[in-house]
Amino acid sequence: MKKIMNDPNQVVQDMLKGFVAAFPNDVKQLPNTTVIARKNAPVSNKVGLVSGGGSGHEPAHAGYVGKGMLDAAVAGEVFTSPTPDQVYEAIKAVDGGAGVFLVIKNYTGDVMNFEMAAELAAAEGIDVEQVIVNDDVAVEDSSFTTGRRGIAGTVFVHKIAGAKAEQGGSLQDVKAVAEKVVANVRSMGMALTPCTVPAAGKPSFEIDDNEMEIGMGIHGEPGIERKEIASANEIAEELTQKVLEDIDYSGSEVAVMVNGLGSTPEMELFIVNARVHEILAEKGIKVYKTFVGEYMTSLEMAGCSVTLLKLDDELKELLEAEAVTPAFSS
Amino acid sequence: MELNVQSVLKWIEKLNDKIQNNKEYLTSLDQAIGDGDHGINMARGFQEVINKTTTSQYDTVSDLTKDVAMTLMSKVGGASGPLYGTAFLKLSMSVKGKDPVDHDAFTAGVQEALNGIQQRGKANEGEKTLVDVWAPVLRFLQENSEFEPGKLEETAKVAMESTKDIIAIRGRAAYLKERSKGHLDPGSVSSFYLFQSLAEVLQEGE
Repeated sequence: MKKIMNDPNQVVQDMLKGFVAAFPNDVKQLPNTTVIARKNAPVSNKVGLVSGGGSGHEPAHAGYVGKGMLDAAVAGEVFTSPTPDQVYEAIKAVDGGAGVFLVIKNYTGDVMNFEMAAELAAAEGIDVEQVIVNDDVAVEDSSFTTGRRGIAGTVFVHKIAGAKAEQGGSLQDVKAVAEKVVANVRSMGMALTPCTVPAAGKPSFEIDDNEMEIGMGIHGEPGIERKEIASANEIAEELTQKVLEDIDYSGSEVAVMVNGLGSTPEMELFIVNARVHEILAEKGIKVYKTFVGEYMTSLEMAGCSVTLLKLDDELKELLEAEAVTPAFSS
Repeated sequence: MELNVQSVLKWIEKLNDKIQNNKEYLTSLDQAIGDGDHGINMARGFQEVINKTTTSQYDTVSDLTKDVAMTLMSKVGGASGPLYGTAFLKLSMSVKGKDPVDHDAFTAGVQEALNGIQQRGKANEGEKTLVDVWAPVLRFLQENSEFEPGKLEETAKVAMESTKDIIAIRGRAAYLKERSKGHLDPGSVSSFYLFQSLAEVLQEGE
């Protein structure tokens, strides 16, 4: 393992310290927690948005704390959900009297820890609602299983639910629009190389130089198929096709996100994006807005994901609304 | 044989030793079918538990197990924090006022702990989770009027090994479907350590 760090067990605290040092006018770290909150939190009479999860997905989630997106992000250990007490601190810190909305990625640990925090907050009389993001089409959905994972599409939930809250939407309004995004967003990823959790010290899996893994999760958890590496066009086709098969995008307008997993150069992301646009044009799907870059990474993993969000007028307006955060501006 | 503060402290110490010694093994099991953090999280959490319990005074098993629960919930994260935290919290509530905790009171506590795990994790037996160790151990405890530590450990071991052939439908291993087969469930292995440590304490106390 070769990493720039001081102590593998302190990477999260060390990172947060540097993060706050980089954006001192925008964010603050709640004392003795791993919570990054807006400098001006709580914003009175605004629904507070809290998200978070394991670390290692930077800029998610602290990078999305700011006007028009999140009020707080809770950082867990690397790839490990934060604990209920931390999430509870975040909820309390952003409660401006209009309730608090939780954006949770669909992983067993995240759901349990955030729900325990929500129970603690409810016991204190804070109104809490939540949405569970499950955009990853690589994983089969079923009411009998854990269900699909939440990956890069989560950023669209942050953006759109955050805009709704900023415009003065009620807790129920924010929940409704967040659910609309979840219903209309799908993603699919792939990886070329594994990543190494600092405290584990060795790669999460092994993969040959000429192989790629389709459907890879954002924690190095295995995907659905391993095969010989293909061209960027073929990769774009496979990922996009899988997304398009899942919900009917025909005749619709979409937002596209081509997300890098950590060590894939922007050059490669743009190559993938070019083919994604061609495919969408062939299908008569209009691209309203495109995002290419690192939005939800997996430490130093090489690979990418493709996300499509089907838009209506409300979602378009909220996607365009002002956002001022360290990692996302509009 | 009954459990008092002293024996439960010993139980937790032995469990921590096993987790620290097998940290990498647990992580490697989790890397195969999960996200590779089980050993790291359990080791961090139980080290915190030991830091807490060795510097505190307890009058009852209930107080002690409650502290274990609160420490696990606030220090572990992931899925194992809420699950083990809930288990110890329910056990603590169940054995309140029952010191020293005899076989029947402990069995009732394990029943409550298992209920808590299942509620929190929304898991049933046969889904390749720690429930697959806790449920057979509970049945064993219910079928016997004494602890019988040797058989208790054996029951937990057989149960842990049985998770190898199960296809996961809960937790992160569920994403692998058939590919999860042939691997032990990491949470079942740490639960085996928990009951193995308990059996060792009971054996020494006989």
